[in-house]
Formats: sequence, structure tokens, C-alpha cells
Amino acid sequence: MSARRRPGPAAIRAKGWFAAHRWLLARRAAQLGFLALFLGGPLLGVWIVKGTLATSLTLGVLPLSDPFIVLQSLVARHVPETAALLGAAIVLAAYALLRGRLFCAWVCPVNVVTDGAAALRRRLGWRDGVRLDRRLRLVVLAGALLASAVGGSIAWELVNPVTMTHRALVFGSSLTWGLAWSVVAAVFLFDLAVAPRGWCGALCPVGAFYGLIGRWGRVRVGAPRRAACDHCQDCFAVCPEPHVITPSLKNPDSDLILSRDCTACGRCVDVCPQSVFVLGVGRQGPAAGAAPLRQGDLP
Amino acid sequence: MASDKPAVDRRRFLADAARGACGAGFLALLLGWAAAPSRTLAATALRPPGALPESEFLSACVRCGLCVRDCPYDTLRLADLGAAATAGTPYFDARKVPCEMCEDIPCVVACPTGALDKRLKDIDKARMGSAVLVGHETCLNVLGLRCDVCYRVCPLIDKAIRLETRHNERTGRHAHLIPVVNTDACTGCGKCEHACVLEEAAIKVLPAALAKGRIGAHYGLGWEEKARHGDKPFVEGIIDLPDRGYTPPELPRAPGREFRP
Repeated sequence: MSARRRPGPAAIRAKGWFAAHRWLLARRAAQLGFLALFLGGPLLGVWIVKGTLATSLTLGVLPLSDPFIVLQSLVARHVPETAALLGAAIVLAAYALLRGRLFCAWVCPVNVVTDGAAALRRRLGWRDGVRLDRRLRLVVLAGALLASAVGGSIAWELVNPVTMTHRALVFGSSLTWGLAWSVVAAVFLFDLAVAPRGWCGALCPVGAFYGLIGRWGRVRVGAPRRAACDHCQDCFAVCPEPHVITPSLKNPDSDLILSRDCTACGRCVDVCPQSVFVLGVGRQGPAAGAAPLRQGDLP
Repeated sequence: MASDKPAVDRRRFLADAARGACGAGFLALLLGWAAAPSRTLAATALRPPGALPESEFLSACVRCGLCVRDCPYDTLRLADLGAAATAGTPYFDARKVPCEMCEDIPCVVACPTGALDKRLKDIDKARMGSAVLVGHETCLNVLGLRCDVCYRVCPLIDKAIRLETRHNERTGRHAHLIPVVNTDACTGCGKCEHACVLEEAAIKVLPAALAKGRIGAHYGLGWEEKARHGDKPFVEGIIDLPDRGYTPPELPRAPGREFRP
């Protein structure tokens, strides 16, 4: 196989730097913004959101809970109070409506870590590594629920890098929470040197759970200009779940990415020099036909 | 053959399902091992007021930190990995910052899951642990000096802790004023441990089970039982409980086999 070209430069040449990084910038802004909402209280005394990603309270009234954690609590035979149950229901409903794995690309703090590892891999030209079966994360999910049920505790929270990173950011300083940061470092090294896109793509049960609830979400990536595709493969190189792309380019019935694995991160949209993809709120399902996504700013 | 295909598919599906189940089992075991050491809460780590018993607490607490945020005295902290309590769960170290026993118990109000039990309305009924005088050789009052700090700072002074007078044998004319904890009233707030003037506190809050000890269930205290039975004998027909030392029975001596040195 010939050396694959680095994704990015072609899109920058075709569309300009800003257009080639639009969704990436939007995502980083969103991730920082969510973090800022949590940090406003402890740092500035402006309490907008209190708590962590496990459960939070917004403006003193709106509870939001991680449904996977609440589910583990339930199978560990504790029935949480209304606040946590309601919070989990609100989060479930919101992600079911939008797209489950939107959490992974737009909220999760570990996304920055694994994106960083992937970017560094591309820069170093490291291509080989363990290719883990993507269904493994469902096995991990089942294992976490089993351990919770048998052990009577919220099992995944013992190792969960997502909440651990978030807690370290929101509750600890980098010095006092050394061990929590070591989990972040482990995920980074794993993705960099062991299994490319391995953590989010194959192991993380939090993302797998959001994937399970979010198959029908309305936020979607589509390929309305797929006729212009010149098979440069840049989208496959940047996509954290590359298997989701092919159907949108080949499926005669729909040019939408319908897989529940898609995180709607928009990297394919950014990196495509031909502007094949768009990210937006699709109104229709699989039988949508040729141009279900309308966005004014298509070139 | 076309007719074989479903059978093969079914076999494949069953094999995949079995492998998945084995994998889930493997992971559950790994997590179980990870959980095992974290189940033992260090004796120095105290849970917030109203916390469920530890085993139930770990199934209920989602590690959100809302109780920590609403603690007005920064008593509560979230545990880092490898800290005295399971990572992400709230605890406090009484020697550093004790519980100030707020009357409205904001930490319990903040808990979204019930890991801190909302049935706790009166902070005096909280049982975060129990104070014990562990330093029987270092406590200044036991040494015959007057410190009394643990006693003075107790929010339930004379109920949870009192000073008991004992004769000072060393001087022959003074008294020891020994701090004695009443575990039935002690909330485990830790103000005594926090205030102890020694370099290492002589009075410490420990988990109640550790602090209190337990008499065996078969054990009856004669005087209590007697009082309960209206001063009637503990066991009908027994006039007195044996109160003398053990007297060995007289054994008949075998003739001609006396001991000779």
C-alpha cells in the first residue's frame, strides 16, 4: 500500500483554513463551554452547573444524570431518588432526540485525549496497531452491568476515565489528583501506541450505551454531494468510526450516515476537499432520498 | 448447500453470543478485583451524615460531588484514586476539617440519589462514626493534667462526652478527669479529634463498629438482668451466682503411691 497522504491540507487548499476546521472548532468550543459551566462555580463563584457529568444540577433546578451510571445503580439494587431518575430520563430523551453519541464528540472530556492521540499518530505516520472488534464495547458494557449486579456497587465508576477526568478537572487541581490524571495518560498511550481509536471505538461502555439509545437521533451527517467524491479517503482517515461512512456514499436509498456509531463530530465535513458531506438536523429517516439535508452554506 | 446456511448462521450466532458472554464475565471479574480493595473504607475516612451503610452506599452514590459543593465548611471532599475512600466518593478527615453539624444538613439535601438518607432530619441523630479515646498513655487528662479540650468542643457536651473523676494514685491527692464517650449519643462529627492538642490526636473518630466493640449476644450482665426481672433471681432456683474462685475437687488418693521427692 502506498503511503497514504495526510488528511487536511487538501481541504485547506480547497476551502480555506477556517472552513476546513469549522466543526472541529465548534466542537472544541462546545467541550470547553460545558466544562466552563461546571468550573464557573468553583473558580468564579458563578454557579450555573453544579456537580459532575455523573449527575449535575443546573441553576438549582434542572437535574441531569448519566443514564448508564443510574442503570448500574439500579442493577446494584439501589433505587435512586427522583432527582437522579428524572435527570437520567431527561438525558436519555435529549440524546434519543438528537443522537446518542453526540455526547462523545461534543461533551466528553476524553474525546480531546483520544483525538489528540489520533492526530499524533497521523503526524508520526504510525499506521499499524491492534484492531479491536468494535463490538467489544458492548461486551464491556455487559460486563460492567454484571459486575454491578453481582458486586452491588456502581462498578464502571471504579475505572471510568470519562467521569474521572471530569472530576479531576472540576474538583481537583492537577497536583492533588495525580492518580486520576494517570488514567487519562493511560487512555492516551493506549490509543497512541496500542490500538488506534481503541478506547472510544472499541472499549468505552459509556459511548456504547449512548450509541444504543441514539440510533434514531435527528442530528446526522449526510453526503448530498457524493457525486463529487474523488475517493481521496481523507474522511476515512480522520473518522473515529470509519465504517459508518461507506453506506452514505454507496447506499442507493439514502445518502445519510445512519449508523448509531456516528458521533456527528463533523470531521469528515471539515476534511473533505470536495465538500461532499454536511452535518445538520435531518428531518427524515432512511427513505429520505437524495437531498434530505439542506444547509444554506453549501458551496 | 443452501439449506445448511441457516444452521451455520445460527451456530455462528450462538458462538458469538457465548464469546460475548464469556468476555463480559471476564470483565466483570476484573472489575470485581478492582472493587475488592476499594470496599474497605479507611478508618480515618468518614462518610457524610446520613450515609447509607458502606456496601449500600457504593451502589447508591454516583460520585457527583453535589454534597461536597453544598458543604458550607469545605469539610467534605471527593476521593481521588487511591485516597482513603473509593475514588470519587465523598468523605472527610475529621483531624483536618470536622463536620460542623449544620442544622439544615445541606449535604443530605443536595444528594440526588439517596446515598445520603433524606430521613435524617435531626443532625444530632447522625452517626458518622464514634469518638474513642485511643491514646490512653498520651491523653493529657489521663496523665493527670487538665486539658478538657475534646470535652469543651463537643456539640453534645455532657451527652456524647463527659469527664469521669478517678483518684490520681501518682500524686495521691488529685483527680484524673478522664474523657469518656457515650457512643449512643456521639454523632462522629470529629470536633474532638480536630481539637485534640496533641501532635497525633489521642481521641479519634472511628467507624462505630470498630469504636464500640460488641459483647457477645449470649452475655448477660447480672445486675442489669436482675433489675430487668424486678430483683428476682436471674435463673429461677439459683440463689446466688458463683462468686468465689475455682476450687479443685478433692481427689481420692491411691494408697501407697504418694509423691516422694
